[in-house]
Amino acid sequence: MIDQLINLWPELNKSFIETLIMVGIGLVVALIAGLPLGLLLFVTDRDLFLENRTVKSIVGVVVNLIRSVPFIILLVFLFPFTNFLIGTTTGPVAASVALSVAAIPFYARIVESSARDIDKGVIEAAIACGASPWLIIKDIIFPEIKPGLISGLTITAISLIGYSAMAGAIGGGGIGDLAIRYGYYRYDNFVMFTTVILLIVLVQIVQYTGDYIAKTVKKN
Amino acid sequence: MISLEQLSKVYQSKGKTVIGVDDVSLDIKKGEIFGVVGYSGAGKSTLLRCMNILERPTEGKVMVDGIDLMTLNSRDLRKARQSIGMIFQGFHLAMAKTVLENVAFALKASGVNRQERKRRAQELLELVGLSDKADQYPAQLSGGQKQRVSIARALANDPKVLLCDEATSALDPNTTQSILNLLKRINRELGLTIVLITHEMEVVKEICDRCAVMEDGKIVEQGSTYEIFAAPENELTKRFIQTVIDFRIPEKILSERKGTIVHMTFKGDSANESIVSDLLQGYNVRANILHGKIDYIQDQALGTFVMELTGEQKVVHRAIQDLKEKLGEVEVLQDDRSADQSLARAE
Repeated sequence: MIDQLINLWPELNKSFIETLIMVGIGLVVALIAGLPLGLLLFVTDRDLFLENRTVKSIVGVVVNLIRSVPFIILLVFLFPFTNFLIGTTTGPVAASVALSVAAIPFYARIVESSARDIDKGVIEAAIACGASPWLIIKDIIFPEIKPGLISGLTITAISLIGYSAMAGAIGGGGIGDLAIRYGYYRYDNFVMFTTVILLIVLVQIVQYTGDYIAKTVKKN
Repeated sequence: MISLEQLSKVYQSKGKTVIGVDDVSLDIKKGEIFGVVGYSGAGKSTLLRCMNILERPTEGKVMVDGIDLMTLNSRDLRKARQSIGMIFQGFHLAMAKTVLENVAFALKASGVNRQERKRRAQELLELVGLSDKADQYPAQLSGGQKQRVSIARALANDPKVLLCDEATSALDPNTTQSILNLLKRINRELGLTIVLITHEMEVVKEICDRCAVMEDGKIVEQGSTYEIFAAPENELTKRFIQTVIDFRIPEKILSERKGTIVHMTFKGDSANESIVSDLLQGYNVRANILHGKIDYIQDQALGTFVMELTGEQKVVHRAIQDLKEKLGEVEVLQDDRSADQSLARAE
């Protein structure tokens, strides 16, 4: 068994790093694009200070549209776009294009829903102070939802780890790819179990770290 | 300071039209504490929120310190709001900010630089008596302390007006009293005009110079707090006053009394004079006090007494006439029934 593990090690190592690359890029893009999008969804909502029905419905429809396509189909559907952007459709970086596209609306909805939990009165009090919309977003909404943003990022990360297995299956690499190649095509249960255990450990670590950071930034 | 002209606010909700505020005109003078009372749903909160355009009136004019708020663009409106402080029933503090940061936020909104923000915020916390809590978070404070923080925040930009939306309704009586004292103090010291809405007549009695009573979006009665308490005209006003000055006598007690029962209100100086005792001596009428109370409103005495007068019918009538001339407010609650009783006995 030790021999098996030693034999597998280089491959396992490579896969693990590929998974981290895919999930990492997806998360960064989710944060950069999903966060503002989620805030936009929130502040343009009814009775809020930047209420705008047109913007809200357009963004809402686009978000729902992407979220309603099953990920494996989204992957294939985005091949031309990925090819145009990266120049190839295989490898972890190429796979991260589809992962990012899926992660943006996913995280945006999480941001929106944690913003909805803010006491509307706090926003109202800020308006009564004569604060500008930008200041309210930056100085009131953002700090209030910070723990929620981090928990949301944890949830997104774990979803992305799951998605990355699918991306792996069609040429993205990563742990999922390893599991399918050895476990599914070669009936190699050892590799199968090892990858599953690795994924479990990875998810646990992500969840634990996320919870810990969220707790640290919660200030009240 | 604040003048509302024919203000109306109509909501469209699920195809139905709901009238929040119905053609209200109001003038609030500089430096006074003005109270608006009413039951929930009377539209008083909406009225208050129209005063800084947190709700945009459907019709009418809102003038605050000579500026017509309805005509301002959003930038100028923000500027105008900086000189209109507001506090709320639910305090509405940012939970992720310290006490100091909450106060400093209002200063940030008006573009004050960092150092000045800190200095000024500390000054304000001192004013509301919370300088030792500067670095705590709102969740660590009691309700009264939270309201003090929100007062400090509301005062940050030296406003001319302070709007209080049920500011004491969530507080216990002791804390309410201390917040009212604070409001009174800043009204005196800073010359701040305060508008407060409440469903507690006690609050109005305690600090308001003038007040208005609202029902179904309309103002049904307004005047100086003392006059409203001394001579309420509207039924609703009377009911509100009864919550503070209750002179109702239990039916059972009334039915046991045979003499003429009168209700008298003594205003101002007359509350201090010995009108009643003079009268009783002069008329040979015996008086039995069933209820009596002297309230001090705006530092003026307001006495309310319910008495049973017994004696010869004619004399009692003359005594009541005389009381009416001297006091103005005398109401006969129950006529003499000793005659009925004797008739009943004769049968």
